[in-house]
Amino acid sequence: MTQWPCPLPGGGMADEWALVEKPEGAPSARLLIVPALFDEANKLRRFTIEVMRRLAASGIACVLPDLPGFNESILPLAAQTPGDWQIAMEGAARHFGCSHVLTIRGGALASPREVPGWHYAPVAGASQMRQMLRARILAAREAGRSETQDSLLEHGRTHGLELAGYRLGADFIAEFGGMVAQGGPDVQVITQDLLGGPGLWLRPEPGEDSGQADALAAVIAVGLAQREAA
Amino acid sequence: MQNDTDHLLRAILSDVLGLKPGQADTFTAQTGLFGHLPELDSMAVAGLLTEIEDRLDIIVEDEDVDGDLLADYGSLLNFVLARRGAA
Repeated sequence: MTQWPCPLPGGGMADEWALVEKPEGAPSARLLIVPALFDEANKLRRFTIEVMRRLAASGIACVLPDLPGFNESILPLAAQTPGDWQIAMEGAARHFGCSHVLTIRGGALASPREVPGWHYAPVAGASQMRQMLRARILAAREAGRSETQDSLLEHGRTHGLELAGYRLGADFIAEFGGMVAQGGPDVQVITQDLLGGPGLWLRPEPGEDSGQADALAAVIAVGLAQREAA
Repeated sequence: MQNDTDHLLRAILSDVLGLKPGQADTFTAQTGLFGHLPELDSMAVAGLLTEIEDRLDIIVEDEDVDGDLLADYGSLLNFVLARRGAA
């Protein structure tokens, strides 16, 4: 783990943590990895690190920064917006000298602009929001309370909202549901069917799947080599 | 459409619930889901419905989600078929 100065949207910096996996002697990271969001970040962290280890073993240095408000970050999640995350990841790409980016699932929504790379199984903000709203509605129903997606969102856009144990601010709620991953000529989507198995974020107990980690690392390693040869 | 939807729905249940290979193939219309499969708690229901929406390209409204929807495999399949047919 290493600390790095993360740019804040209003100016200034905050110390954030990042996990670096690199071959012996590599001067800096080539690949920035933007983690998955919310519960999927926990379910996919082990898988993400397994992919990084494989890339490092094949000579590719990688860095996995925390998104502000998640994991080891001490910034309050309720104060973050998706745009703040993008600024943070652009700062990380500059600080660590990354030439390419690999985003995991919802991490695609925080992908730094102007950095080429890959989106692994990107998911829209609306889809993630809907799942968290639904889990809350089902839990409320079991407790004998009636809530709807529309009423929760309306309240959330003014007052913020707690979803799946995450306290989200009003600005976040207003922006996140309309977000989709931004593609581009230099960004390729890696779909789950390329990895030969169901997405590990789907299951309550994701475990690990070394075959999927091998497959994702291979796609990136081959892709980087091709881009450098081009 | 029916065979295609049936196949996709079994695959989704298998992926989301982490069922043993082949287990979803043994489901009949009467196979109980919610309350019968220990993997299917309320968090898993939220994930299951979102995955059904994404892969089968339908929308599941709040009011669709009641005790009957996930009572057994047949009721879930009939709901999905009706939604896909109406799309």
